[in-house]
Amino acid sequence: MLPELGQVALILALLIAGLQAVLPLAGAQRGKAGWMAVARPAAYAQLFLLLGAFVVLTVAFVTQDFSVKYVADNSNSLLPMVYRYTAVWGAHEGSLLLWTLVLAVWNAAVAEFSRGLPERVIARVLGVIGLISLGFLAFLIFTSNPFVRLLPAPLEGRDLNPLLQDVGMIIHPPMLYIGYVGFVVPFAFSIAALIDGSVDARWLRWTRPWTNIAWGFLTIGIALGSWWAYYELGWGGWWFWDPVENASFMPWLVGAALLHSQAVTEKRGSFRGWTLLLAIAAFSLSLLGAFLVRSGVLTSVHSFAADPSRGLFVLIFLGVVIGGSLVLYVLRVPRLEQGAPFTATSRETLLLANNVLLTCACAMVLLGTLYPLLADALGLGKISVGPPYFGLLFLLLMTPLVLLLPFGPLTRWQREEMSRPLRMLAPWAVLALVLGAIAYFTAPQGKWKTAAGVATSAWVALGTLRFLWSRFQSKGNRFTAEMLGMTLAHGGIAVFLIGALLVEGLNVQRELAMTPGQTLEIGRYAFRYESVDELRGPNYLATRGHVQVMRDDKPLAMLNPEKRAYASGGQVMSEVGIYPGVFGDVYVALGESLGGQARAIRIHIKPFVRWIWLGAGLMALGGFVTATDRRFRKAEDKR
Amino acid sequence: MSQPAPAPKSPHTGAFVFAGVIIALFFIGLMGLLYYGVQRSDQAGRDALPSPLIGKPAPDFDLPLLHEPGKRFALAELRGQPFVMNVWGSWCPECRVEHPVISKFALTKRVRFIGYNLKDPREDALRWLEQFGNPYLMVVADEEGRTAIDWGIYGAPETFLVDGKGIVRWKHVGAITDEIIAKELIPALEKAEAEK
Repeated sequence: MLPELGQVALILALLIAGLQAVLPLAGAQRGKAGWMAVARPAAYAQLFLLLGAFVVLTVAFVTQDFSVKYVADNSNSLLPMVYRYTAVWGAHEGSLLLWTLVLAVWNAAVAEFSRGLPERVIARVLGVIGLISLGFLAFLIFTSNPFVRLLPAPLEGRDLNPLLQDVGMIIHPPMLYIGYVGFVVPFAFSIAALIDGSVDARWLRWTRPWTNIAWGFLTIGIALGSWWAYYELGWGGWWFWDPVENASFMPWLVGAALLHSQAVTEKRGSFRGWTLLLAIAAFSLSLLGAFLVRSGVLTSVHSFAADPSRGLFVLIFLGVVIGGSLVLYVLRVPRLEQGAPFTATSRETLLLANNVLLTCACAMVLLGTLYPLLADALGLGKISVGPPYFGLLFLLLMTPLVLLLPFGPLTRWQREEMSRPLRMLAPWAVLALVLGAIAYFTAPQGKWKTAAGVATSAWVALGTLRFLWSRFQSKGNRFTAEMLGMTLAHGGIAVFLIGALLVEGLNVQRELAMTPGQTLEIGRYAFRYESVDELRGPNYLATRGHVQVMRDDKPLAMLNPEKRAYASGGQVMSEVGIYPGVFGDVYVALGESLGGQARAIRIHIKPFVRWIWLGAGLMALGGFVTATDRRFRKAEDKR
Repeated sequence: MSQPAPAPKSPHTGAFVFAGVIIALFFIGLMGLLYYGVQRSDQAGRDALPSPLIGKPAPDFDLPLLHEPGKRFALAELRGQPFVMNVWGSWCPECRVEHPVISKFALTKRVRFIGYNLKDPREDALRWLEQFGNPYLMVVADEEGRTAIDWGIYGAPETFLVDGKGIVRWKHVGAITDEIIAKELIPALEKAEAEK
């Protein structure tokens, strides 16, 4: 009975989304207050209904109602309780339900925290979100219904993909979706502004915290995905340029560009058209990401089962949303007024450079992701571009970005003598180079990468500190939450650079056959392979290795990497043993038995690998802190 | 929509029109490409490299048997009935993944299952079979990988279906799964048997 209730809730939500899409937009056009007033209640009602549907599906999983096909396909009676909750979004249908729920949360939040905006604007913003919601709910109900019954009900279900039976998986998709979907707010705002034909600085100030929060969540989501791949896939890497990773990375890059461009437009009135276009692009790329993951167009470790009817649906939706937005953009944007003029040496120019570099990076990721498809379509054969392409182009585009970064905050708006920020930063540039040189000569291996990591990271960190210092130096300068957020995010980049480049340069990797009792020494570390035993988990059988790790001849940790064979599908998953540390991880993965007592063991020593995620965390925190700036709230109080 | 007032001519109109055309072309191109992608997304094995051998006679070989190195075995001896040839090596981790799947299918005796041991020291290959089980009717050993070149084998695991007349019917690169057996191998096998 309950699943049918969930079904009804979904259908009602679809109808209400239809109302929210049509009435407020039409009302804003015709000036009918009654029609516009539909928007807010419709947003709350959708949240209520979708929350209900989500709870119903969760109950079906927890009580193991195998008469629901989606539950039977993705869980069985051996599945531990915590994964019954996470299995709700473990496959296509449920994750799409989560997506629509997250959209409803944003929708209701916009309805709630937009009291300061003119009624006409908010009616349009909510109307556009209603249109998007309508599209996704139709997609959910007509092609991917999670409440379809399976009668007669099977006695036992299949299983949740073992890769997803993991703690990281509990929070990774929701975070990612909050970020992805959050870009709907600046997008809807852009469309509203284009329909209206003007961009009011006050409305723009209102959208900035939304963009920052969405971007912060997206950052966390991507970082969690990377962390999950690091310890769950057992390859020791943290980023693979996999199509699905790229799908989340593209909106992130454009979102980062959008944050900066919005700041310029809000404060100086420049880049209006560009800001609107970036907001459209950020959300369009989120949709494109959803399409790439769910259509099966590209092959990836993450993708859901392929189904051309689903792919076609999302594609049409994508075409309507992006095509419609672009047509509106091209028709309306020439009418927008221009902002204050600026010279070639000004903060505007630096932020323009930031935007150009970030957008180019995104275009290059898009090209690399779609290139195999393009090559196939043009009959050039089956080609895939891998890390070499992405690595090289990324290096080319990100190096100038990182080098220019410290100048941005120190340069004045509109016009600046470049000698002033250059003078301020010169000593720190020298210090960064010296540190890089020291790193070059002390690194045991990967000298260039280590030196580059230390030098660029020091440059960004010192430049950011220099900015702090100049703020505190001069009296009467306020230090706002926005500045603190920027400092944190830029500091996060410095921390990330250390992690990303030092782990590249200093990573030690050994793969060898070991027999029990054998010891391997790597630098200060020694690894003694003790034994293996069998372990019975709730829904798997594991072979567990015991590896004693010693540092400077003192016992450090006993690592227990496992190979798990899951009962249902026979898939074998590796669980790596990690001894985490601020300055580096020790990572041991268990390989196959090589006959007799010998076993393949893979050992990595990964210096500073945690700094990658720590840096991402700081960036996300920066986004959140910026969003709390008083100025944004003041804008709302002014009615 | 209300009638918009005619836009005042901005000095940038030309640039905006140009940008608009570029964006439109890019967008149409992207949509076309994605549409193509959707259309082919349900084709099985769309990312497999096409084998030029499909529909052509299987290249002959004359290789020693793994278990009796003194004895040689020629492909011609398999004529008459279809057979499946599975390329593997003890050095190949993917082969261990597919091994239980292959063993299960080979046990059904639906078709003759030949193993093709590629670039493997003999002891390693034998130990591997002892450990994981030997589902093959016989295993030929290609230690240097010379014959593999004729077959266009560039790694392991790969699996071929050859019909009774010695024509290659189907090929799969990468680990076999139950689904591939059910959806590709068995239909191809049935077709080969029907046409005999």
